[in-house]
Amino acid sequence: MSASLEKGVAVLKEMIDAPIASYFNSCVHCGLCAEACLFYTETGDPKYTPIHKLEPLRRIYEQEYTLLGKLAKMVGLSKPVTDNELEEWKELVYNSCTLCARCSLVCPVGNDIVYMVRKFREGMAVSGHAPEGLIGATTRAIEIGSPMGVKLPAVQAQMKHVHKDVGIEIPMDQEGAEYMVLLSSMEIMNFPEYLGAIAKIMKQAGKTWTLCSTAFEATNSGIQIGSSDLAKVIVNRIVEGAERLKVKTVISPECGHAYTALRWDGANLVGRPFSFKVLHILEVLDEFRAQGLLKTEGFEMDRMTFHDPCQLVRRGGVVQQPRNLMNMVAKDFVEMEDAGKYNWCCGGGGGVSANEDAEELRLQVFKIKKGQLEKTGAKTMVTACANCRIILEEGLEHYQMDIPVVGLTEMIAEHLAESKS
Amino acid sequence: MNEMELLNWVRGPGLNIAVAVFLLGTIWRLFEIYSLGRKQDLSAPRNAAGASGWHTVVRRSMPPPGMLKRSPVSYIGGYAFHIGLAIVVFLFAPHIVLIENLIGLSWPALPSQVVDLAAVVTMAAMVLVLVDRINKPVKRFLSTFEDYFTWAVTFLPVLTGYLAVQHLLLPYTTMLALHILSVEILLVVLPFTKLFHVFTLFASRWYNGNANAHKGVPV
Amino acid sequence: MNRRPTIAEQLARQGISRRAFLKFCAATASLMALPPGMAPAIAEALGKIRRPSVIWLSFQECTGCTESLTRSHSPTVESLIFDMISLDYHHTLQAASGEAAEHAREEAMKEPGYLVLVDGSIPIKDGGIYSTIAGISNLQMLKDTVENAAAVVSIGTCAAFGGIPMANPNPTGAAGVQALMDQGLIARKPVINVPGCPPIPAVITGVLAHYLTFGAIPPLDALGRPLNFYGDSIHDRCYRRPFYDQGKFAKTFDDEGARKGWCLFELGCKGPTTHNACATTKWNDGTSFPIESGHGCIGCSEPNFWDAGSFYKALSAPADPLSFAAGAAVAGAAVGVGMSFMNRAKKSSAKAAHETATLKDLEK
Repeated sequence: MSASLEKGVAVLKEMIDAPIASYFNSCVHCGLCAEACLFYTETGDPKYTPIHKLEPLRRIYEQEYTLLGKLAKMVGLSKPVTDNELEEWKELVYNSCTLCARCSLVCPVGNDIVYMVRKFREGMAVSGHAPEGLIGATTRAIEIGSPMGVKLPAVQAQMKHVHKDVGIEIPMDQEGAEYMVLLSSMEIMNFPEYLGAIAKIMKQAGKTWTLCSTAFEATNSGIQIGSSDLAKVIVNRIVEGAERLKVKTVISPECGHAYTALRWDGANLVGRPFSFKVLHILEVLDEFRAQGLLKTEGFEMDRMTFHDPCQLVRRGGVVQQPRNLMNMVAKDFVEMEDAGKYNWCCGGGGGVSANEDAEELRLQVFKIKKGQLEKTGAKTMVTACANCRIILEEGLEHYQMDIPVVGLTEMIAEHLAESKS
Repeated sequence: MNEMELLNWVRGPGLNIAVAVFLLGTIWRLFEIYSLGRKQDLSAPRNAAGASGWHTVVRRSMPPPGMLKRSPVSYIGGYAFHIGLAIVVFLFAPHIVLIENLIGLSWPALPSQVVDLAAVVTMAAMVLVLVDRINKPVKRFLSTFEDYFTWAVTFLPVLTGYLAVQHLLLPYTTMLALHILSVEILLVVLPFTKLFHVFTLFASRWYNGNANAHKGVPV
Repeated sequence: MNRRPTIAEQLARQGISRRAFLKFCAATASLMALPPGMAPAIAEALGKIRRPSVIWLSFQECTGCTESLTRSHSPTVESLIFDMISLDYHHTLQAASGEAAEHAREEAMKEPGYLVLVDGSIPIKDGGIYSTIAGISNLQMLKDTVENAAAVVSIGTCAAFGGIPMANPNPTGAAGVQALMDQGLIARKPVINVPGCPPIPAVITGVLAHYLTFGAIPPLDALGRPLNFYGDSIHDRCYRRPFYDQGKFAKTFDDEGARKGWCLFELGCKGPTTHNACATTKWNDGTSFPIESGHGCIGCSEPNFWDAGSFYKALSAPADPLSFAAGAAVAGAAVGVGMSFMNRAKKSSAKAAHETATLKDLEK
């Protein structure tokens, strides 16, 4: 195996850019980013202060790209970053950061801290300091095609199952379809209702759509572990699939980081703009709603609240759509405190859910979500990210709260007006 | 060296050196930082109202929801001392004369009593944020020698300026000389410490705002 | 030598009334910030003492200090003081000249305990050749005279701090009396500095009266100036101070602010750093003082006032033009651009050397 400190430093030299330099020079150590980070607020341990998670990166920046830093290194005032140090930082960079970017929203000098953490992971990954769980997920994603090891036959089995269930045939590899639908392995394995929901909704809207046999999986562990090269391999499958099938739009499933990986990082990873649009399923649903192509009937009467997946709202810009959709089907929809772009993370994003070492901490910091949820008095929690959903379910179970978590797309599908006028 | 000689030195050669180092350091560091460049974002942009780099430059001056309650000293102390400093530095008549002499721009001054009050508020707020830095686990954890050093370098000009105007502790001439000297120290260290945030914070906010505006998120 | 008459005897001889004398004493008391009740005590003290011998040495000077004293309104109480002392040598005022004049000085020096008044600075460069009297260098004359003196009063900024002769580039190596004592060039004696260019006449006489009355040096500030005259800055006592506090400044000598009598700070007034009694005692028999006439204080009672930047530049403005600024900016740009090229080269070579990461690169 070929990871090394030198490789890590070399890749960080590539990564460090003017924004990072500006951010490090702007930091005044005010500590406000800690107040925005659930890993600090729920543990009270100052080592979880977001900017502190970047300390080795800061030194590499100063030593490589500033005259004073070079001098300080020469005379021994600034110590070089070591393998041991990076190993020590593994916990801070991977276990206690979900890339939720709340810190980037509160920093008074404007530092986009999560931008730096994401880039720092590039160096951590190739210097051999990524957590085992994430390495495993990434290996499966590259070698098998899905981080959970899901292969095409499993999808085909699902397709048949859904066909039988809802009576609609699931299209596969249909060239020229308007939409290409992606899934997350979480949805294939744990939430099969999603595919059925899509089938029903597309039918009602009268749109053509298809799955792609070479690109059914949307998640991208490469992004989470922080390797652009590996992330590119995964994104390329989707790009090639979408271009082969000549679809207009690729729909990202209910998965937060799959959306950002494709929507925002994708074009940058492959190095050219996409020839197709990328939308999250909620964006598509809201478009249908606005065009009158999405008709629902009946309401959920229980009090419900919506958990914003960080990658969707703060990192994705999908803020209003879920609210519009919630109001279509929920009579008693209440918002949690800080809902919208200031939402608090479920605690499992950014690869934390795939990282067994982080589990205990993750359950500890779930207290923030628990508290928020309790304040609303909601009986059901709705979200739009399969990963959030699993993490929420685990957290609620851990704290022995009997609150179901449902996907927004499925909930909409359940309320589709049966008679098509 | 008597006090008048010291005053003459700090008003003459001292100021000359300090401004030179400040200019040299500032221009050098700005090049050093911003020449690193950044990659163009190839993803299709999403537009949203109120989302842009410039919006963020302005918006970040206000506390995000809930943050004021979480860290009141940081915000209230921070506002008081930054605004107080701005008043003292830019609205005190003798300072305006200095600026006019240096760059030719001038504007009306505030009455000296108001500036006195601002100086007292600034010092009180600075002491408050220092105590908070020492008391709060996160701040203490993050603090290095530089944090305390830059605090002192910022505090001394306010203190000596106030003592000079109020004729306290030392004769006015001596205090005035020390005041100018302390400002010169501040000018010399500014480009090479975290005090450089006075320049970079605008670019930082802009970068953050711009990158997120690309995604349609007004940050 | 005959017994010298007391001051009272001398005044009586000159036909000056007791009433006029007391008036002088009261004025002196108030000048020295003593309670009015002290006037009789001063009168008594002054009346009893013998006229001390005083040697007035004038070196590199303009005679302005003497002018200040003698050209004041006459008959003034100030001028009377010279009837209370025996001014044995003053080369401007004395009638004698040449050999006779120097002889008078040598005679006076025979009885130790005399008072030496100095105006003008003393050149010490090149053996002090730049100013001589009767073939004797100023330094030598001062050295000889100070040897047996009770005290030295440095009248004017030149004698006190070197003044204008000492201003840059100081071609004669001029120095003040105190500086010479500090350098060990003359004997160390108590020194009272009465700076000003020239000093206020009432201050000169007041300092002398204090010395005569109490037989001791008055309390002095760090620069050897009597605190009762030099304790406050001009700015502190200035009648225009409220305008400063309100931020109202004359911008030119003939603008509306100047006509309204606003503060002259921006026109270069050195009042804030200048310690003197001008704002309270005033000049010309209490008529006015420079700021009252519309001109800023030039700081003449402070050391190095001539080299303290332009008289017309505000105290907070730079004394000299910033001569390095442009060069420093260019140097900064050069360093910055140099770093930019190095950084970009480093970054591109890192990119060029990039090996696409594979799964193998995730583990050691």
